This record gives sequence, structure tokens and C-alpha cells, in this order.
Amino acid sequence: MFLVELRKLVGRPRTWVTIALLAGLPTLVAVLLRVTGVGPRPGQGPAFLAEVLNNGALFPAAALALVLPVFLPVAVAVLAGDAVAGEAGAGTLRYLLVRPVGRTRLLVAKLAVTVVFVFLAVLVVAAVGFAVGAWLFGVKPLPSVSGQTIAAQDATWRTAVTVGYVAWSMLGVAAVALFASTLTDSSLAAALGALAALVTSQVLDLLDAAAALKPYLPTHYWLAFVDLFRIPVLWRNVSRGFAIQAVYIAVLLGAAWANFATKDIKS
Amino acid sequence: MIRTEGLTKRFGRLTAVDGLDLDVREGDLFGFLGPNGSGKTTTVRMLLGLVFATSGRIEMLGRPMPAAAREVLAQVGSLVEGPAFYPHLSGRANLALFDAAGPDPTRPRPGPHPPSPHPPSPDPPSPDPPGPAAGPPVGERSPRQGGTLPDVHSPRGGPRARRRRRVEDALARVGLERVGRRPVKAWSTGMRQRLGLAAALLRAPRLLVLDEPTNGLDPHGMREIRDLLVELVRGGTTVFLSSHLLAEVELVCTRAAIVDQGRLVAQDRVDALLGPTGRVLVTTPDVGTAADLAAALPGVRLGERRPDRLAVHLDGTAPEALNRRLVDGGVRVRELVVERPTLEDVFLRLTGGLTGPRPPDAPGPPDPAEDRRVPG
Repeated sequence: MFLVELRKLVGRPRTWVTIALLAGLPTLVAVLLRVTGVGPRPGQGPAFLAEVLNNGALFPAAALALVLPVFLPVAVAVLAGDAVAGEAGAGTLRYLLVRPVGRTRLLVAKLAVTVVFVFLAVLVVAAVGFAVGAWLFGVKPLPSVSGQTIAAQDATWRTAVTVGYVAWSMLGVAAVALFASTLTDSSLAAALGALAALVTSQVLDLLDAAAALKPYLPTHYWLAFVDLFRIPVLWRNVSRGFAIQAVYIAVLLGAAWANFATKDIKS
Repeated sequence: MIRTEGLTKRFGRLTAVDGLDLDVREGDLFGFLGPNGSGKTTTVRMLLGLVFATSGRIEMLGRPMPAAAREVLAQVGSLVEGPAFYPHLSGRANLALFDAAGPDPTRPRPGPHPPSPHPPSPDPPSPDPPGPAAGPPVGERSPRQGGTLPDVHSPRGGPRARRRRRVEDALARVGLERVGRRPVKAWSTGMRQRLGLAAALLRAPRLLVLDEPTNGLDPHGMREIRDLLVELVRGGTTVFLSSHLLAEVELVCTRAAIVDQGRLVAQDRVDALLGPTGRVLVTTPDVGTAADLAAALPGVRLGERRPDRLAVHLDGTAPEALNRRLVDGGVRVRELVVERPTLEDVFLRLTGGLTGPRPPDAPGPPDPAEDRRVPG
């Protein structure tokens, strides 16, 4: 079933357009930076962008930081929101279930291809970021956020962990959207529901009055991967972010499964 | 093949299906009839494990549903509330996806039944003359059937070449073998309907559960599908056909159930449902004499009377006895017809709000049987 879902994902032009758009934004930003030479002042603007002008090796991380707040979650929410609700809306869900495909199996397959998409998107953004960064700005040993220099090998694993962390955060988004997707027959409604949850979380995260809630918001630690480029690595927020996402993912996927496995399919 | 006991489904306060006891036997071409909103589709969805029953039991192919869904549904083909596909893919690609999504047919099926539900020998040709209506699919299918069908559907199928053969075979069965690579979104309703049937036939199911399979088809297409169903049943497949097309059911089905407001109101052989009404229509110029003679017979009551026609309710008296009495009495009998209802009559009587059998000679709805059987 996973292979079938993978074929659907790969065979859909939409998938590739989304990924191309995701990779296009950082590329556009890099070109603009290169042409104008005007970067944000250090400490301002999106993470890492100020340093990118001097060193392209930081651009993969910068590219991820660019797509992370809005673009990537929207793409993931749309895709995961479509997973079950899209099939229901098109009527193909009933034909898959009577083939028969077990409901749990279908949900797991949908989740698995969502994971594939998330990793694919994050990897493509990072890879394009690296290529564009190296081409436009050249690669030097990384200066860390803390000031010291990061060796090339060191930079590789830091970037790799960053990719993993961002993908894990996006899985949290996917879990919200997948749960919403089992609640409705409209993929649009499912994606909107997931995005509403994220926007709420991001707004609360900016609100001082919500200070007590902040550590438990799903989006609170999204940008904590910046700490991976410190010496020594500041693991505290990264590991907290990881744990928070794990809880959200487990609870929401459990809810999605419980709902889908017992639901009357009337679409 | 299908047996339900007290099957009930409530959606909130609405009882969609109410204590349904269905009994579909092996080899039936079973018609499932009911007005719109009578719970037909909900029943079909419960049979297929899409909707969970509130109470009652379902048994399909001798196994409980939905507990044994994995095993049972692999041997069931279905069409529920219209076909559905991935619109950007071609018909072939759609079937290939659905085929791949199902369980691996290389694993032997549980149970004692034979690997192929189709008979080893090719079917005799359709009894209907292969006019334009029954055209291409039947004609092209026959020579191939003996050789490839049992082979393709043997439990050893599975590798890619076999899968492709299975898809091609299903397309050929519904007359779509020459469709190109156009995406399904560019197809006509009729073609989609056929593709839906092809998807149902992919794994040579033992039981077909079809909900309005001829929707959107032109008369030729309907005829082809009817022929296909009859042929499948002859080959050992059981068909459960949910439909509101009474003529269709009357033409092909061997047994039928009628539901109204979620309740079963009749379930029997179609010819029994269409049994004599107990009324005989006598056409004669001597209506007066005929009435006198008939009334003298035991248990006979006179019905509606027109200048050249008389309706007679026989109670135990054989129609031929009536005929003899009339002829012996000098009545010139032009025609004597034992009245039989059409399925439409039965259906309307059972579901039309008229509870119980229609009172004799009530000025009921215009009776199509009379119009048809009594020449003016």
C-alpha cells in the first residue's frame, strides 16, 4: 500500500510544483542578496541571512529558516490535509477500503508518504540552498553563531541534524493536518483547520500574556535549530522542541487513527 | 452468500435501516429495490464494511462482517454510488492502482472454494442474438475466454505482467479495451460507469455488489451490462444488484427484495413476486351472460365491468373452469387473461404508502397491466 501511495505522490504534478516553489523562494532571496549586496543587519531579519553574504556554506540553514515559518507548513498542511479527505471527496476512499485496504494500513501508508514528502521537501530546499549558496557566495569554513569557526565536517552533521529537526517539526504539522483530514470530506477544510491551529500557536507565541503557554506551543521551538550552529551546541531548546513535537505527533496520530478506524464512510 | 439478521443503522434520531433480514443465495442475481432514501445505499455500505451497523449481524460468503472484511472483501467486487477515480490518470493507470492496492493475489485464498469462480469451459454464447447492442464485448470475449480467463485469475497471479493482463481483461469485459491514455476526467459518464464495473471485476469476484450499475448508460450500454451480468451469473458469480430501475430488475433478476423506509417489505423469487393476482380478465361481447355464469361459480366475485370486458376474482376456482363454464354457456370468449402484476405494480403497492394488498377493485392508480394485456 505504501508503494501505491508513493506512486500517487510521485505521479502528481502538484507534488513537484510545490517542491519547486519551496526551493524557488530561497533561490530568489540568494539572487537578490548577491545582486544588491544588501543583507539584513546582523541580528535582524531571518536567521543566518546576515552572514550568508560572506559565506555560502550557511545558506542551506538560511534557506530552511526562510521557508520554515510559513511556506513549508502550508505545503505540508495542504498535502497531509488532502491525504484522507481528498480521497473521500473524490469518492476513491470507499473503493480503496473495499479493495480491501485496512483502515489502519491506509492511514499508516498516508502518513508514510507524508513523511517522504516532508523529507524530500526539506532535503531539496537544503540541497538547493547549498548549491545556490556555494555558487553565489562561495564556501568557507563556517563561522558559528557564537563567533568561533566550525570545521567543514562539523558543519555537515550540524546541517544534517537541522534537516532532521525541521522535518520532525513538519511532521507535527502533518499530524495536525492528518487528524483534521479524517474529520472532514473536504481537503480544503482539513488544510485550513491545520493552518488555523498553527497560526493560533504562532500568534500566542508572540503574546506576552500567553507566556505560561509558550513552552507547550507546537511552533515555539521551530527555529531552535539555530542553536545547532553554536559552539558548543545548545541542545536544551532543540531537545525540548523535539519532545514537544513527539507528544503532539503521538496524540494527534492516535486521535486520527481512533477516528478513522471507527468512522462511517459516507462519502 | 449474504445473510443479515436484524440489521439496523441509526444516524442520530433517524433510523436508516431497520431490522433488515436479507438472504442472498449462491448463484442469485438478486435485485435490491426501494424508493430513494429507503436505506438501500446504507445497507450496501454496511455490507461492505464502510458503515458500521448499530445492531444486527451480517454474514457474507459465510463469514461475519465486518470482522472478516479482509478475507471476504478480497472476493467481492463492488460499485457504490457511482464510480470514482483519480481524474488525472488514465483508465488503465487507475485500474492498475486499485489492483495494486488490494491484497496480494499470489497468496492462496482461504476456504475450500475453487481458485477461479469462472467455469473452465467457455460460456455458451448469449441467448440473445448479438445485435448491435450486445456487440463488441461479447463477440471479442468469447474466443479469449477459454484460454486466458481462468489462467489470469489463478491465485498465482501477481507479477507485473499478470497484473497488466488482469487490467486488460477487466477492460475488455466492459468493452473498454480500446480506450487510449486520455485521463479519466475527459471521459463521459457512461465510460466512467463501465470503468467502475471493470474495477469491480478486477479480481474475478465470487460476489458482485452493485449499486445502480447502469446509471448514465445509454440503452445499448444498459443492455450490454445486463448481458454481462447474466453471463457472470451463469459463470458462477452471485450478483447483488441495488437498483431503482424496475424494468431492469424484472428482466434479469432471479430473486429480489423490496425495502421501504429501511424495512424489508418483500423478499422472494421474482416470478413469485409477480405471481397471479387472483383476477381474471374476460373480454367478450356477451358481458351480461358471462357475469351471470361466473357469479354462479363457488367463491367467485365479480369485479369491474365494462361494455366488452369483465374482471372476475377467482377464489380457488381454476381459470380454465371459468372458461369452460363460459363457453358451455354460449359466451363468446374473445380473450381470457390471468392477470399478473408487473414489478412496478408490486413495488408501488408495497412502497407507495398503500399498506397491505390493494383492496379488490379499489379505484387505485391506473393499472398498466390492464392497458397492456387487454387489447382495446
